[in-house]
Amino acid sequence: MLSRVAETVYWLSRYVERAENIARFIDVNYNLTLGETESLSKQWTPLLETTADQDEFVKRYDSPTRENVLQFLSFDEKNGNSMTSCVARARENARTIREVISSVVWEQLNTFHHLVQAAGHSPKTLEQPQAFCEQVRLTSHLLVGAMDATMSHDEAWHFSRLGRMIERGDKTSRLLDVQYYNLLPDGGSVGSSLDVVRWSALLRSASALESYRRLRGKIVPIRVAEFLMLDRKFPRAMHFAAMRARDSMRMISGSELNSYCYHSEQLLGRLCSSLDYAVIDDILQDGLHEYIDQFQRQLNTIGQEIHEDFFSVDRLNAPPQDSVVS
Amino acid sequence: MLLLPYEMDGGFDEMFAPDGRPRASGERFVRRLEALADGNLRERQKSAELNLQNMGITFNVYSHQAGTEKIWPFDLLPRIIDAEEWSMIAKGLEQRIRALNLFVDDVYNDRKIIKDKAVPESLIASSKTLRKQCVGLRPAQRVWCHITGVDLIRDADGQLYVLEDNMRCPSGVSYVLENRELMKRTFAHVFEGMSVEPIEEYPEQLLKTLLDCAPAGVSDPVAVLLTPGVHNSAYFEHSFLAQQMGIELVHGSDLIVKDGFVHMITTRGLQRVDVIYRRIDDDFLDPAHFRADSCLGVKNLMDVYRAGRVSLANAPGTGVADDKAVYAYVPDIIRYYFDQDPILPNVPTFLCDDAKQRQHVLSHLDQLVVKPTNESGGYGILMGPHASANERAECAEAIQKNPRDWIAQPMLNLSTVPTLVGDELKPRHVDLRPFVLCGKDVYVMPGGLTRVALKKGSMIVNSSQGGGSKDTWVLRNGTTANSNSVVTTLESSSC
Repeated sequence: MLSRVAETVYWLSRYVERAENIARFIDVNYNLTLGETESLSKQWTPLLETTADQDEFVKRYDSPTRENVLQFLSFDEKNGNSMTSCVARARENARTIREVISSVVWEQLNTFHHLVQAAGHSPKTLEQPQAFCEQVRLTSHLLVGAMDATMSHDEAWHFSRLGRMIERGDKTSRLLDVQYYNLLPDGGSVGSSLDVVRWSALLRSASALESYRRLRGKIVPIRVAEFLMLDRKFPRAMHFAAMRARDSMRMISGSELNSYCYHSEQLLGRLCSSLDYAVIDDILQDGLHEYIDQFQRQLNTIGQEIHEDFFSVDRLNAPPQDSVVS
Repeated sequence: MLLLPYEMDGGFDEMFAPDGRPRASGERFVRRLEALADGNLRERQKSAELNLQNMGITFNVYSHQAGTEKIWPFDLLPRIIDAEEWSMIAKGLEQRIRALNLFVDDVYNDRKIIKDKAVPESLIASSKTLRKQCVGLRPAQRVWCHITGVDLIRDADGQLYVLEDNMRCPSGVSYVLENRELMKRTFAHVFEGMSVEPIEEYPEQLLKTLLDCAPAGVSDPVAVLLTPGVHNSAYFEHSFLAQQMGIELVHGSDLIVKDGFVHMITTRGLQRVDVIYRRIDDDFLDPAHFRADSCLGVKNLMDVYRAGRVSLANAPGTGVADDKAVYAYVPDIIRYYFDQDPILPNVPTFLCDDAKQRQHVLSHLDQLVVKPTNESGGYGILMGPHASANERAECAEAIQKNPRDWIAQPMLNLSTVPTLVGDELKPRHVDLRPFVLCGKDVYVMPGGLTRVALKKGSMIVNSSQGGGSKDTWVLRNGTTANSNSVVTTLESSSC
């Protein structure tokens, strides 16, 4: 398929996933801050850390109040990662490849765009952001469902899933990274006193509460971390996302099992393998933050290499790569 | 429902004769309309509009914020053309397109028509759409213009005229196809049994035309549609046609010239491209040969084209026949190549480059329509009778400064078709753009795009200026089941 089309569909999915995750971040933070008495700034700064957009925020807002942070993450058009920006870019991407996506997907993206635009113009939205966040999540699910149910699961579809899974893995890891230490009272001793309500909120923001309960029952911080990182069956877990990304990558490359044709494929395979054999106790011992940080850096590199391997024009002038290595 | 009184405005109405009775071609349709319950038509019109919105059939308006898409209004009541008249139109179009293809080929090669003084050398030499880069080229089958959308209008006396040939990148065919689809969805029981010529094979015919013009020796050619991108007003059409034909919709940046061929950049490396249905203008095709500031085109594309390793549809250079001063010579061009009279006449045209004709134009500016020779889409036109004294003075000055850039035509009173306004039928002015494909065969799509000026009395049918569109029905001949679409082989009549 055309490189431009592949890149467009890949980013389309990343933007939609990003918008959905921002809605999740806002939701969990809103829940966590309800009834708190701490100073406002302390409560809403973590959200900016989650999305890694603090620098951008500080430039244009004087303080991280609830209103400012919500506005910045939801409807600020100057913030390229706000929900408004993400959905608008996803729709604009779709518009340039309408001959590739199904009309249902196009209509669903249109609806998504209008939903976010309308919400942005209504002052009430940010007073009670939960309803809006819920709508964003649902619309994103509908969109993903429409892609699954109405598009051929061909190369374009796999690029779309590849983008979605990379974005999702990254965002789940950020959510966990920031909230895990905030939720531990002393900021250090993992596994100590536990606030069930707050840990439930974290799980719920990843739609993971029911699945976790079924698997683990009691809420234990270390198990929550394990679930969101290493679970192979829960669709928002980092490990699951990496596995599905690898599956799509293999469908795109046509490589044999446990081999690779592209550099990005090699790196993705390595990342998956390390997650396959990871143990939560080791991770905590070496530092959860360090582990997640490295995970994110690897995903970043994989994203860059995907660009080099499939989208960039420069690769065509380079000598052909070595073929399959087992 | 009650159709009358239907108040005509003195011009020619396509559906009703001056005595208020339906014309023979519209009679069955009018009977069916009369049988509808009151309000039914309006309901169906609403349902059609809803369908348009859901199908996302849109066009872009340049003056609006980037990315603004608008729904192009669709009027449910069709324009109906009878079999006999259509057969004449189709023959006339075929004659015209064949002659124009011979003309373009001649202009860039042997220049016989110029040597024989059938058209003046100065006229061709001064044409701004003549492309020197194309001199000496011989496209496959010697066809330069593969896709044409000819604009036809009917004056008050009932005579049809060719207004423009549109030999470059005519658009609108996607609306023809979508309008028919819409008609079938929302007006099925009226449409049923009306014996209307089908148009649905157009994408198939277009694909065949494109593949047929592939460079010699390519056994399984790859065709693509080259679009300027999502902000172009016809982007919807580009996307639609690519999807219908199952070919890739590419941007200039998707294509690259390497090792003497054009390739598209895919996730698996380069893939060779043999035929490009390009929907960008000559000037933007190749920054190395045309406008250097173009970022829409493909660098060195013209080198590959000149080497015969890629085909372009339409070929670069066809614009010379779109020059409105050259247009005035089309009847002579037809006579020159075929020794036949034109079947479809031109609108009488005054060339301002000619001193005598210029004098006539300048002294009759209040009665004439003055047009620049090298613009399309209705830009730069002076409607003499509606213009202010000031505008006319400015126009006169422009004509005297650059007479070659201007032509003038009488103001025609475009024919009308009943159009739904509220609950009533009102006459609204229309034109007609049939689409003609020319490759190994000539295919004339039965009907074409009927554009309608939705404002009362307005003659401006452009989508950007309050125009809408209608389905166009070509009726089959009542007695025979013969198809009216014209497909003949080129060999049989080329000279």
